Amino acid sequence: MWSLIQIELYKIFRRPRTYIAFGAIAALIVVIQLGLKIDGDAYAGFLMKDINDTLTVDGKVLNGYLICYILLQLLLVHVPLLVALIAADMISGEANLGTLRLLFSTPFSRTHWVLAKFIAASIYTILLLIWLAFLALFVSMWIFGTDDLFLMKSNYVVLIEQGDVLWRYVGAFVFASFSLLTVTSLGFLMSSLSSNSIGPIVGTMSAIVFFTILSTLNIPLFNVVKPYLFTTHMNNWKEFFDIKVNLNNEAIRGSILNIPKIKTSLMVLTLHIILFVTASVIIIKKKDILS
Amino acid sequence: MFGVFCYYYSMAVIKVENISKHFGTLKAVDDLSFEVQAGQVFGFLGQNGSGKSTTIRMLLSLIHPSSGNIELFGKSIQKNRDSILEQVGAIIERPDLYPYLSATEHLQLFAKVRKQKIEASSITSTLEKVGLAHRAKDKVQTFSLGMKQRLGIAIALVHNPSLIILDEPTNGLDPQGIADIRALIQHLAKEEGKTVFVSSHLLSEIEQVAHQILIIHQGKKMVEGVTKELLDPEKRIVQIKTTNDELALASIRTGSFGKYILARKEGIHLKLPTLEIALLNESLVKAGIAVLGIETKNSLEDYFLQITSNA
Amino acid sequence: MQPKKYKNIVCYFLAFAFPLFLSVNLMAQTDPLIEKVSQKLAQVNDYVAEGVMKTDVAFIKASLGKVKVYFKKPNLLKVKKEGGISLLPRGGVSLTINTLLNTKQYTTIPAGNQVLNGKNLTVIKLIPTDDNLDWVISTLWIDPIEALVYKTATTTKENGSYEITMQYGEYAKQGLASKIIFSFNTKDYKLPNGITLEFGDEDPTAKQKALKNKKGTIEITYSKYTINQGIPNNIF
Repeated sequence: MWSLIQIELYKIFRRPRTYIAFGAIAALIVVIQLGLKIDGDAYAGFLMKDINDTLTVDGKVLNGYLICYILLQLLLVHVPLLVALIAADMISGEANLGTLRLLFSTPFSRTHWVLAKFIAASIYTILLLIWLAFLALFVSMWIFGTDDLFLMKSNYVVLIEQGDVLWRYVGAFVFASFSLLTVTSLGFLMSSLSSNSIGPIVGTMSAIVFFTILSTLNIPLFNVVKPYLFTTHMNNWKEFFDIKVNLNNEAIRGSILNIPKIKTSLMVLTLHIILFVTASVIIIKKKDILS
Repeated sequence: MFGVFCYYYSMAVIKVENISKHFGTLKAVDDLSFEVQAGQVFGFLGQNGSGKSTTIRMLLSLIHPSSGNIELFGKSIQKNRDSILEQVGAIIERPDLYPYLSATEHLQLFAKVRKQKIEASSITSTLEKVGLAHRAKDKVQTFSLGMKQRLGIAIALVHNPSLIILDEPTNGLDPQGIADIRALIQHLAKEEGKTVFVSSHLLSEIEQVAHQILIIHQGKKMVEGVTKELLDPEKRIVQIKTTNDELALASIRTGSFGKYILARKEGIHLKLPTLEIALLNESLVKAGIAVLGIETKNSLEDYFLQITSNA
Repeated sequence: MQPKKYKNIVCYFLAFAFPLFLSVNLMAQTDPLIEKVSQKLAQVNDYVAEGVMKTDVAFIKASLGKVKVYFKKPNLLKVKKEGGISLLPRGGVSLTINTLLNTKQYTTIPAGNQVLNGKNLTVIKLIPTDDNLDWVISTLWIDPIEALVYKTATTTKENGSYEITMQYGEYAKQGLASKIIFSFNTKDYKLPNGITLEFGDEDPTAKQKALKNKKGTIEITYSKYTINQGIPNNIF
């Protein structure tokens, strides 16, 4: 099995397409960091307009931690599309190329190959996320320095102490890995259904966009299905950055406001991953390889 | 080793029993049966679309048969797929490869999926065997179709399998390339004792190397026989048309001419010594079957072309 | 962000931690009680105070933060949060006691006595005589025996009303508070979902918070003062 994973990783990282996603993430992050470095105060001023009516905020608000949060908010919507570029091509790409029959006529079962491919795609996804974390968090910390994380949410503001932030990012990235692995498994499922590359990639991207729209629209009809959509749960990494307060309205260091919400989301995402991968294995096992 | 074992005990390396494959209403393979003995070069002939590749894919468990059984090395492919495929090397249809990998990288990659360790020297010698050693480090995207075909064969050979399945291996090759592959097939069978199952749509490519030939058309077996006998100049292929072909076929089968039957398609096809053609006619007339015509074919090639040209 | 402006705000705000430190000389002529207060405060030339700051605003979740407050006569003040962002009430720019009294453009009106937390306090109102000033009235609650200011309330033209309540302990002799509470009115806070990219359920506690009155407080509880040990000017 390990040799199959090695083979799949080898193929992934020998393809130029693989590096598009790494390049795209780097370009996006650098552009945003540059913009915020040059004109970040105006952006922060805009966000803090309401707060400044009442309070003055003293300190380095636009620090590496906040920049990372802003970057994740923006990018974790788009990274799934980059993940789809590889994941949705894992099986169908080879079917299209004609190499799938070479793999499936080796002395390893299709289940082995499908799982090896999924694991390889997952490793790619995690590496992409680590790359994102490195650029968004550590490079931002290096460029902008660190301070408390001053988060402006829709209805309230959360001020998290500097020493209480990093573990939340670790949690958020672990959570995000589940989100992205759900996308990987969806792309994988699409990939198992087709014998051409473009269809599953476009299909996965369309599904993500479609479900994301359903998840974000506040229409009663859609609210019924929202809890079951993986896209609803994908953004709940933000829950790591909401903090409990005691009766005196003092934030409790090291606390998370809504742990059950995180657990539920992780469970829903995991179920999706299991469902999508199992379906992929069953489809591929039953499929006649005609390509 | 298992292949050698089969050879000594005269076991069939490939045993196909009544396999059929339907794609919706299309019957790609229809009740096909044949056996391939160890150490043989088995020629699998048929026009494009005749069901050759579907059959080969079923042999490699890429396609699940709608019905019938397939045994390789005496074991069911469905139940012992992994251990069987360990001893099989194959190229299927087009030589589709990874354009971003080199020839050596391809062999290294496919060597990894084998249980036994494959040495680097074996990779080099396999590339030499197919005449690609000089392009070993070049990416496949720079290869011609013929070179890709050679690399495909190298992939099939790199793990030293007992059974080699080659689907249209000379596609895209120039005359020299075709001759090289032909020589390679003969070498593999004669010198290395391997069983080679080779398909083609050209009889001329097969007849020089194959011990045994099977011709299929529209998924059905048309002719199967030892190449030497099928190509014996002393014997003629005749097509007999009668007022009642079914009755005629039954009569021929029960008599001494039964062994000459080739196929039942637009009459009855037989391959028999020239002198016996008149005797066959006579026996049919005696059996009360009116013979409408007897047409003789000049060669197996003519016959192959005829049965495969008009559906 | 305008750091210099905020520095001023912080300075002015923290003036209340050392209340009326400049009022002493200026008000002495107008009110004997303020004269008494000023004499007490005159003992302190500088101090470094260590304390804990708590921000209690309905729409803000913040934890307690350690702060250091530096003061040096006549009017140098600096608050430093130990590695962090501090939230301080806005609008106090021109409303601290020192600025109120520095202007000398006010009249004092004795407003009788009032019992506050069991203490009988003398109430003195200040009314500006210059129409250009931002504040319209300021009231001081002073303990006549201890000569300590326990509360101030100031109404401004544009920034609403502010109250500062003080508690005294170990350093009462020097007129230094052990705790100050700054109360102020808060305005609505709302950012569009499109900017925050939050489309999920709202925080269940948010609605509850909205029901609370819109009064915000910032408290600093001092644990230790280091008095008259000298502070270099570069701290400020």
